[in-house]
Amino acid sequence: MNRRLTHKVLLLHLSIVAGLFLAQFFLPEYHHTNLARIMVLATFAAGYNVLFGYTGLMSLGHAMFFAAGMYATGLSVYYLDFGALSAFFLGIAAAAAVAVLFGLFALRTSGVSFLIVTMMFGQACYLTILYFNTITLGDQGFTLSNNLAPLEIGQQQFAFSNPSVKFNGAWILFSISFVLSMVIAASPLGRVLVAIRENDERTKLLGYNTYLYKLMALVVSGSIAGAAGAGYALLFSYVGASFAAILYSIYPLLWTLLGGAGTTLGPLIGTGTMFYLIDIASGYTTAYLFVVGGSLLILVLWFPKGIVGSIRDRWIKWLP
Amino acid sequence: MDLGPFLFLAFLEGTVTAFVLALTALGLSLVFGVMRIVNVAHGEFFMLGAVLAWVCSSLIESSALAGFALALFVAPIVVGAIALATDWGILKRVKYNPESTIVATIGLLYIIQQLVLSFYGPEARPVAAPIYFRVSFPWFGYSGYKLVVAVLSAAVLLASWYGISRTRLGLYMRATQQDMEMAQAFGVPVRRVYATVFVLGAMLAAMAGVLIVPVQQAHYLMGLDPLLLSFIVVIIGGLGSLKGTVVAAFVIGISDGMISVFFSPTLAKILATLLVAAVLVIRPTGLFGEDTA
Repeated sequence: MNRRLTHKVLLLHLSIVAGLFLAQFFLPEYHHTNLARIMVLATFAAGYNVLFGYTGLMSLGHAMFFAAGMYATGLSVYYLDFGALSAFFLGIAAAAAVAVLFGLFALRTSGVSFLIVTMMFGQACYLTILYFNTITLGDQGFTLSNNLAPLEIGQQQFAFSNPSVKFNGAWILFSISFVLSMVIAASPLGRVLVAIRENDERTKLLGYNTYLYKLMALVVSGSIAGAAGAGYALLFSYVGASFAAILYSIYPLLWTLLGGAGTTLGPLIGTGTMFYLIDIASGYTTAYLFVVGGSLLILVLWFPKGIVGSIRDRWIKWLP
Repeated sequence: MDLGPFLFLAFLEGTVTAFVLALTALGLSLVFGVMRIVNVAHGEFFMLGAVLAWVCSSLIESSALAGFALALFVAPIVVGAIALATDWGILKRVKYNPESTIVATIGLLYIIQQLVLSFYGPEARPVAAPIYFRVSFPWFGYSGYKLVVAVLSAAVLLASWYGISRTRLGLYMRATQQDMEMAQAFGVPVRRVYATVFVLGAMLAAMAGVLIVPVQQAHYLMGLDPLLLSFIVVIIGGLGSLKGTVVAAFVIGISDGMISVFFSPTLAKILATLLVAAVLVIRPTGLFGEDTA
């Protein structure tokens, strides 16, 4: 069917998905919780990667999609007693809506202006959450544990406080975004997005409406980021404005760059590496922002392709 | 008190904000115009200016005026030196590539923030105004220092205008902005112009930080708001257009002051961002911008 989705690629991705699933039976408790968190955050990074890695549009405001998903889910559970599934899909829908609306304005600019505009709107979103503090409880944050009913599938009940439900919820979320990235990267749509990244003008000349494709990439990217936000709210039972702040727009950029922009594996590797770097560093010092800033500088100066990108360049050329 | 005096007070507040914002945004706009890069750490240069002003004022505790004068001298030099090191150590190495520069300056932003947090601490610290007098209007008294800020900012803006339009360096800058390769072919030392512009932009931000600190306390996170407002200003004015930057700084500064007085500073920033959205619909390149993409 598709020459780019070879057996090798398929096998690699499925074995990683299976490996992550099996990890829950071996990992000690501390790393078990960490891996669950890493998988949700890697979903956020995978969404970011669709826009930045494949389409070549760097966004400095992706926290707004994460927060849109998180707040739509969190608020609907908190105030309206939504069930987990309907709240989750509402979260994705909210993030997609924000992405469409934002894209209609922001994609009118290009290059550096686009970057500035994303950062500005991301920050405006954060300020909006703080401004409506009486509703969003933004600066304090709130937990969902008292309002969220366990998920019922058939006769089974799944309580979100159970670590194993957290892990497998995160695993499902990540696996879907991971396989989706693989499919997008191999699909004709993905090839057009890469063409836009390499040369927007030429792609236009070939007859593609690049504006529409960019909008599509933005909406897919924003929806995946929103799904991560919605998943985070449900699985870790916390909603707060700090997830809309500028640092959470920089994190997915950092994770994607570190793992390798434009690789399907990059977001997971980058998120995991950074998570443990900060975790280890905070054992020695409270100054974890040095790690964030320092890694960004090192990546830009000496390591622009990231971990998976460098591996692909040197050894395994067929990595998508 | 009826509406008139309130409006007047809001207008005064807005004008002071506008002058300081014009200084900060001018630095950002200058750097973009000539070098085609965006410095995300610009707000941190502003913050460093404010923090250095606190350091200077605590060195000379006997006289607020002497401390302020020292800060006005020391802060731009220190921040300029940091900017020079950044240009040489980072920007030159990534060949002024716009995206790499942005990632690198974000890195720099967090490093500077963390340095200030580690050595200066998380507190907001006040700095005494160098001169204290009140201007009394029929309805209320107004801090004279804020008017001094406006006058000093206006002086620096005028000096910048003179420098850009009447000096050899300004000529070099304009030539580089119009066509970097052609300028180089005509013997303009483009690399040195880049370094100079980056340093001057940082110095403008630092100076704005020193001026604002007696009004607003020095804090390690204070750089974000001016950065955001400067972004809004340069997008509305048009990236790279100095005239647009100054005009937009006044529009945004005065409306920000007005809305802050009547409603809340947070709402003012949200509305300003919506204004950007409106401008983008009408003119994607900004009100005074030429097509730079």
